[in-house]
Amino acid sequence: MNVNGSARQRALTVSLLQRADLWRQAERRARRLARGRGDDAADATRLADDYRLLAHDLARVRMLMPDSRTREYLEAAYARAHATLHHGAWRIGSALLRLLREELPAAVRWLSPYILWSTAIFALAVIGGYALVWRYPELIALFASPDLIASVERGQLWTEGLLNIVPSSVLSVQILANNIVVSLFAYCAGFLFGLGTVYILGLNGLMLGAVFAFVSLHGLRAQLLAFIVAHGCVELSVMCLSGAAGAAVGEALIRPAQAGRIESFGVAALRSGKLLFACALLLVGSGMLEGYVSPNPRFALWARVAIGVSYWLLMVALLSGWPFGRRARRPLP
Amino acid sequence: MSEAAPGLTVDSVTGIDVSLPLAGPGARAYAFLVDWHIRAILALGWFVLGALLYNGHLSLAPPLSSDARWFGAVVAPALAIYFLYHHAVELAMRGSTPGKRMAGVRIVARDGGAPSAGALLTRNVFRLVDSLPLFYGVGLLTVVLTRDNLRIGDMAAGTLLVFEQAEARLPTPAGDAHRAGRLDAAGAEIVAELLERWPALQPEARVRLARQVLTRYGSESGESGDDDAAWRTRLERLAHPQQG
Repeated sequence: MNVNGSARQRALTVSLLQRADLWRQAERRARRLARGRGDDAADATRLADDYRLLAHDLARVRMLMPDSRTREYLEAAYARAHATLHHGAWRIGSALLRLLREELPAAVRWLSPYILWSTAIFALAVIGGYALVWRYPELIALFASPDLIASVERGQLWTEGLLNIVPSSVLSVQILANNIVVSLFAYCAGFLFGLGTVYILGLNGLMLGAVFAFVSLHGLRAQLLAFIVAHGCVELSVMCLSGAAGAAVGEALIRPAQAGRIESFGVAALRSGKLLFACALLLVGSGMLEGYVSPNPRFALWARVAIGVSYWLLMVALLSGWPFGRRARRPLP
Repeated sequence: MSEAAPGLTVDSVTGIDVSLPLAGPGARAYAFLVDWHIRAILALGWFVLGALLYNGHLSLAPPLSSDARWFGAVVAPALAIYFLYHHAVELAMRGSTPGKRMAGVRIVARDGGAPSAGALLTRNVFRLVDSLPLFYGVGLLTVVLTRDNLRIGDMAAGTLLVFEQAEARLPTPAGDAHRAGRLDAAGAEIVAELLERWPALQPEARVRLARQVLTRYGSESGESGDDDAAWRTRLERLAHPQQG
């Protein structure tokens, strides 16, 4: 570079560095507004000017002082101003409310065809398992453990006296942990192009149907229904929801709607992942019911039905966004 | 300067891209380990304290009979702390955690903004997949193999981990010398930073660094027997020649 060029560059650098105080002010303003502290309209308007100032100076600093701390500082300040200007302040309350009122119901609506299909597959598998063992009782050995079979053949449900062996607290934790893992597994199995979901739902449906047929053959159907009804309404629904979410991701991999499979996977997983978190929380409630209510003989059948149906209605209400003030249907953003 | 870390580049209406350096496996692992210790200590602390209060004597044993109070007051909160730590803290801290703060990283959406609550929850739901088969094996593998250092949870949630740059400070201007033409911009930064850090440095390090800087930029040299106050004065004269 010739002498004139070097002198010009030096002069530009000097004039840039004299604006350091403006950069500091801009950085502080962006930080303050990002935290939601301050709702002064003039302050917010000044952020737009700050943004242009930082962009202009950053462009020069990238050229004149590429390896300097000044550049590092300006990069950070510019990124902060950009995020604040384009995304506004973060408030946890409104973020959660948006999730529960808008995003979760939208995800459920988007998944509704998959939920119908998953439920149909599960129901068909239950019917199939029931019919199979009803006609050929010896096939129960394919679906149930020898202890369970022996217990039923003695005319006793394997759940009787469960609380004498394991305290409710331990039982609840074991059950909810197991259910959450199964639910996540049903979801992740859907990544195998949806085939895993069909397998998990089908297998669990067959097992449920087969066990019901087997206990019916031994006159224990009413007892098993009484055991299941409190926790099962939500637990089985959540299994279908998880399977549906997994199937949606699987379809996104088979028929990518976005530019590529990875992008398509990301969009489908982001939509369905929210539902899965809600499912995990619902399973915590189911686990507690299964530990405290279902094996406890002091709860009458009507109370169990009331608890099961109420919890299921609560689940439907939560997933519809109704308790959070959701009114009209809106399309996904 | 070392080779620049790979970064997220976001288009801007000004035409000047926003550039955010991406965090790699090292920063991620550091943040995770710090957070893991925090949540483990908190959960264990709650359990131990709750059990001692519940039992009324030095025993952590659960009650033999079914008791909802034990579950509700001792077991469930401890489990919630351990398993919901990332969900709750990332939501409360806008995509950060104490561990991520210490590692100087934070979570951002692909457009550089703060991720939505749904994205943060989705990212954490996928921890189960990332943690397979042991010690976050799948997560570490995908972080190493993907261009943007993403684990499966990040791919699903559309998030990235970037260096925070919150600590990037603007050096105190060593403007006089710079304006006078004795220092270039990098030199002015070096002198200013050395003066800022002066009280924190060992006396030998102060003298050694001051001598190197003065040799490179200064017109005066010092004697090896001079005390560090004399070296500091020389540096200040270099930074602000008009005051000297």
